[in-house]
Amino acid sequence: MKRRDFLKNTIVAIAGASVPLSALEFIDPQEVLAANPDIHWAFLINTHTCVGCGFCVKACKTENDIPFEANVSRTWVERYVFTKDDRRYIDSPKAALYGFTDSKVDLGEHLGFKDIEPENVGKAFFVPKLCNHCEAPACTQVCPVGATYKTDDGIVLIDRSWCIGCGYCVMACPFGARFFHPVHNVVDKCTFCYHRITKDLETACVNACPFGARKMCNIRDINDPITKIILNDRVGVLKDEFGTKPQAFYIGLATEVR
Amino acid sequence: MVEHAMHVHGELWTVKELFVLPNEYVYWSIQIVMYPFMTGLVAGAFVLSSLYHVFGVKQLKEIARFSLVFSFALLPVAMMPLLLHLQQPLRGIHVMMTPHFTSAISAFGIVFMTYAFIVASELWFEYRRHFVVTSQSLAAKPDRSGIDNFRMLLFKTLTLGATDISPEAVEKDHKAVKRLAALGIPVACFLHGYAGFIFGSVKANALWMTPLMPVIFICSAVVSGIALCIFCYVVTMEIRKFMAKRKISRWAKDQNAPSLEELQSAEDQEIKIVSNYLLYFMIAAITLEILDLIFRGYTQVKSWDILREVIMERDFTKIFIMQYAIGNVLPFLLMVLPGRTVRRTTIATLLVMFGVFMMRWNVVIGGQAFSLSFSGFMHYHLPIVPRDWETFREGLGGALLVMATPFVLFWFLNKIFPAFLKEEEVH
Repeated sequence: MKRRDFLKNTIVAIAGASVPLSALEFIDPQEVLAANPDIHWAFLINTHTCVGCGFCVKACKTENDIPFEANVSRTWVERYVFTKDDRRYIDSPKAALYGFTDSKVDLGEHLGFKDIEPENVGKAFFVPKLCNHCEAPACTQVCPVGATYKTDDGIVLIDRSWCIGCGYCVMACPFGARFFHPVHNVVDKCTFCYHRITKDLETACVNACPFGARKMCNIRDINDPITKIILNDRVGVLKDEFGTKPQAFYIGLATEVR
Repeated sequence: MVEHAMHVHGELWTVKELFVLPNEYVYWSIQIVMYPFMTGLVAGAFVLSSLYHVFGVKQLKEIARFSLVFSFALLPVAMMPLLLHLQQPLRGIHVMMTPHFTSAISAFGIVFMTYAFIVASELWFEYRRHFVVTSQSLAAKPDRSGIDNFRMLLFKTLTLGATDISPEAVEKDHKAVKRLAALGIPVACFLHGYAGFIFGSVKANALWMTPLMPVIFICSAVVSGIALCIFCYVVTMEIRKFMAKRKISRWAKDQNAPSLEELQSAEDQEIKIVSNYLLYFMIAAITLEILDLIFRGYTQVKSWDILREVIMERDFTKIFIMQYAIGNVLPFLLMVLPGRTVRRTTIATLLVMFGVFMMRWNVVIGGQAFSLSFSGFMHYHLPIVPRDWETFREGLGGALLVMATPFVLFWFLNKIFPAFLKEEEVH
């Protein structure tokens, strides 16, 4: 074979091989899954059925090793009380860890508790809250080292071994979902119990709720009964004005809830 | 169940009132107030030194060199508050090594290092002749002591082997300084502008989120930097005048040492010019800050109810009395009323620095004074007496440490880069 032919044939061989080789790149299963994952986790909260027992908070703290005595929590329940004389009270003492057991409303460290006469109550309800696992999260955007990130199936997680503890994500979250873990000294927040849901288990809070106020679903599975509710019923999200596209949906969300 | 006290980060200095979300605390405390304050001083000092080098404001010759050295002394201090604030300070280096570029903080490594190199090389060109002259005169000295030997080695190393001090070579140095100073101005502005961006881009915070924030930060940075340079300049000049009067130190042996009258006239001249620049930048800074306030009050978006209560009622003293009246209006009057003296200007600069500090405080702490629920408030109590490492570094002690460090560094740097050299000793 002449040198000229050898070079010619080499070029043809490379050109010919590059087409199927690039096709191999195209069908990389991981990339396909990432581009069109068949799982995207979402949460549904029914504020009508929540009674403020706080079982979810207790279950969450136990499951995720957040000390009971630490005044932070991955999930919490807020109580809203509107009186007939047009006053509004909101509280969540100890993140509702021990539930709402009386009619005294917590007004903070200076003002103590205020007892509200049951006859004076116009309307009252409970709102459970947790990380919204936003589709466009502000927290992952601002992390200077990429220690908090979004998984392909829609969960926002934190790498405890990489977080520098600057608190920028805590500031960036419009929902107050983030805090500093009192033991690990890095930022912590709800993971939708990623260690459980990836093994076909329910989250600790969903599992603990006696009234079914908390539900989880794969929003890509249109046959899932919870997905059907989110897609067909009138549901709302918290603070949509920030454009983070929260993935925790609420039934019966009042405008006063922020 | 028996509960033991377990404090979460931020709980020790936060008092909640009405409804505040369970996880909300004043997480960004005194060190985050110090951070923009100190970077502001760095950027401002550099801009002042560039006024002479780039725009050829001849009268600023002496203070320009001083500002450059001081800006270099302030540099390491700009990142000190960040390190003291981090919950995992040993991982701070991750910001430089694995930056996540969608975050404003990740720019810190790049901008800060670029700026540090510019200031360091500008200093080197400015003082190269001094290094060469000093090392040569020490080498010529017949009986050198141990300290002399050390200094000779130090200055010889600092020349980096460039020992040519012919007029042409020195002229080249001069050009390099000018170019670096010109390059340094946008970088210094960027260094501080992005500190403003860190706050201005937090959409969750109703007080911080405004595109004006970076510009406001740059203007107030220049204001505080110039004020600090004036103050330090006056203090050092007073010390030199005192020494000239008593004929101590250099004035005891050196015939060519500047006389008391020379020092006095140089000081008057410099202060007169620089305080005018201070006034211009103050007008710009106040205009922008007031514009922001008026705009919020006029548009009255959802957050205005709670912001109004914080600004007009709860933080009224801190904002309108301490920041605007004592920190802006009073020094402004001190400087514009006829018969301005060096003493009056010096008092004004102290007030200006206090005003800028209060502005940083009111932005950083004020931005966390209200809950994300818009239904409650948080009060910040600065830890004064430290009871552990956390209350020291995020308390008065940590803040004072950050404030004192640049002066200590300046004292050392001044041995290598004498901020006050006579004209013929530098180029």
